[in-house]
Amino acid sequence: MSEHEVLVRACGLTKRFGDFTAVDGIDFDLYRGEAFGFLGPNGAGKSSTMRMIGCVSPPTSGDLVILGRDPVRDGSAIRARLGVVPQEDTLDVELTVRENLLVYGRYFGLPRRLIRERTDALLDFVQLSDRARDKVDPLSGGLKRRLTIARSLINEPEILILDEPTTGLDPQARHVVWDRLFRLKQRGVTLILTTHYMDEAEQLCDRLVVMDHGTFAAEGSPRDLITRYCSPEVLELRFDPEVHELAADKLKDFPAERGEVLADRILLYVTDGDAALAAVRSSGLEPLTSLVRRGTLEDVFLRLTGRRLED
Amino acid sequence: MAPAAVTLARRPSSSLSFRAFQCWLTLYRRIWRSSVWSSVLGPLFYLGAMGFGLGSLVDRHGTASLGGVSYLAFVAPAILASSVMNTAMGEASYPVFGSIKWNKIYIGAQASPLRPGDIFRGHLMFMTMRIAMNAAVVMVFMWAFGATRSAWVVLAWPAAVLTGLAFAAPIAAWAVTVTHENNFAYMFRFGMMPLMLFSGTFFPLSQLPGWLRPLAYATPLWHGVDLCRGLSLGHVDLPAALGHVAYLAVLAAFGIWAGARTYRRRLYV
Repeated sequence: MSEHEVLVRACGLTKRFGDFTAVDGIDFDLYRGEAFGFLGPNGAGKSSTMRMIGCVSPPTSGDLVILGRDPVRDGSAIRARLGVVPQEDTLDVELTVRENLLVYGRYFGLPRRLIRERTDALLDFVQLSDRARDKVDPLSGGLKRRLTIARSLINEPEILILDEPTTGLDPQARHVVWDRLFRLKQRGVTLILTTHYMDEAEQLCDRLVVMDHGTFAAEGSPRDLITRYCSPEVLELRFDPEVHELAADKLKDFPAERGEVLADRILLYVTDGDAALAAVRSSGLEPLTSLVRRGTLEDVFLRLTGRRLED
Repeated sequence: MAPAAVTLARRPSSSLSFRAFQCWLTLYRRIWRSSVWSSVLGPLFYLGAMGFGLGSLVDRHGTASLGGVSYLAFVAPAILASSVMNTAMGEASYPVFGSIKWNKIYIGAQASPLRPGDIFRGHLMFMTMRIAMNAAVVMVFMWAFGATRSAWVVLAWPAAVLTGLAFAAPIAAWAVTVTHENNFAYMFRFGMMPLMLFSGTFFPLSQLPGWLRPLAYATPLWHGVDLCRGLSLGHVDLPAALGHVAYLAVLAAFGIWAGARTYRRRLYV
């Protein structure tokens, strides 16, 4: 990737709010055409980073260059080339679907005729053409999200910034959004997204950083991170609450790569899950339920931060 | 890639503010019906009740202290000035607050090339338009009721718009910093009410106790009232009128200056 053009470069990027440090000296390069994800729990500093890249939040210190420009001095010119899908929809609910795109296109100074043409294409792209003349207010969360995505594309942005694009959507609506974002990526739009869903990160991101307490705990492709920080298989064991602690104690000496004791489950990171389960049973422990699965980003996150993602 | 958007983004700031103004126009086209009644009936009721109802009582006792004109002619330009103040307070308070908290118009606009100052000035243009529209409605009623005494009254329209702007700009600059909507209720209760009552609106300031008068002279509404009244009655004292215009213009200019700063501080955190 490194031979590609760098669109965003951050060096020691820091954001403080009073005594609280939301983003603590992060470094990253974002290349044209990739999908770059910030994975982390709420409060990790993801949204603060997105706002700085969106040129609506001046960095406290460090360097940030976006599209070769300084976001504080040239924010307006940079934003003309960005698209933003904020965490909470900011649609004008009293206006129709079409009018929302018209208003937004005018913000970018686009002529009305061009806005009309692009609106047709964009509503088609997010499958909202049949709702074009409807008011926004009664639309479902999933449809509003798709409209927000269409609106963010009205200026044909080079970089699309998505802050938790599918939070609060039902599974089916999430898949539609993922599909549209994947198509955008195929068209060459650079995506920056934050998420606390590991499946979203795995589906969409070429490269991601695990963010916690304002810093990066790790960086790489989803596959990379899993091989680097997780065993090939994970054995999940659930015991009777009465013996949960006892079992946890016993399993400490078990020959696993690593163990993790959660409130309701015990995770064993092993090479062969079935063999490990057999070994657990032969040691006299009988779990209520057991599950052998592959390692995921959730495990990576647990390993790196000691916490679960969606807590 | 959007070369068109990039070149257009380099336009001067007046054009960027105008883009924000257009958003408000589009929205207004949707919701204007709900504001028509308050814009039309409010001044109609005031002029009717005060000018004719109270006026018939006042006129019977002689109007020397009003300068010899009927109470209707005395009170009508003051109703013009105070109703633009009401419009300005209404347009510059809840809608500004709501643009951050409720419909998030500012938050959406912020992600575009518009800067906080553009967002502010665009909204202020829309407020000024609403003020001008409501002032025109009141003036049509004044004329229809025969409440004007001079052709100078046509200048009362820009005078009223300036009065409205002198309220709208500083109030919007403050409203964007407000974190709880209760503050607006205080403004209406402890700001608008006393101003309406004690700015020479319904009775001449000469009726106030002497120690209260300087306070009334300091209020922006009194300057608007006295300016509009002079123009409507044809008693324009040029130095006084210029003083009023200067006072109101300074207040408006201060608001426009302050708003660009408060909006930036609020939106760029």
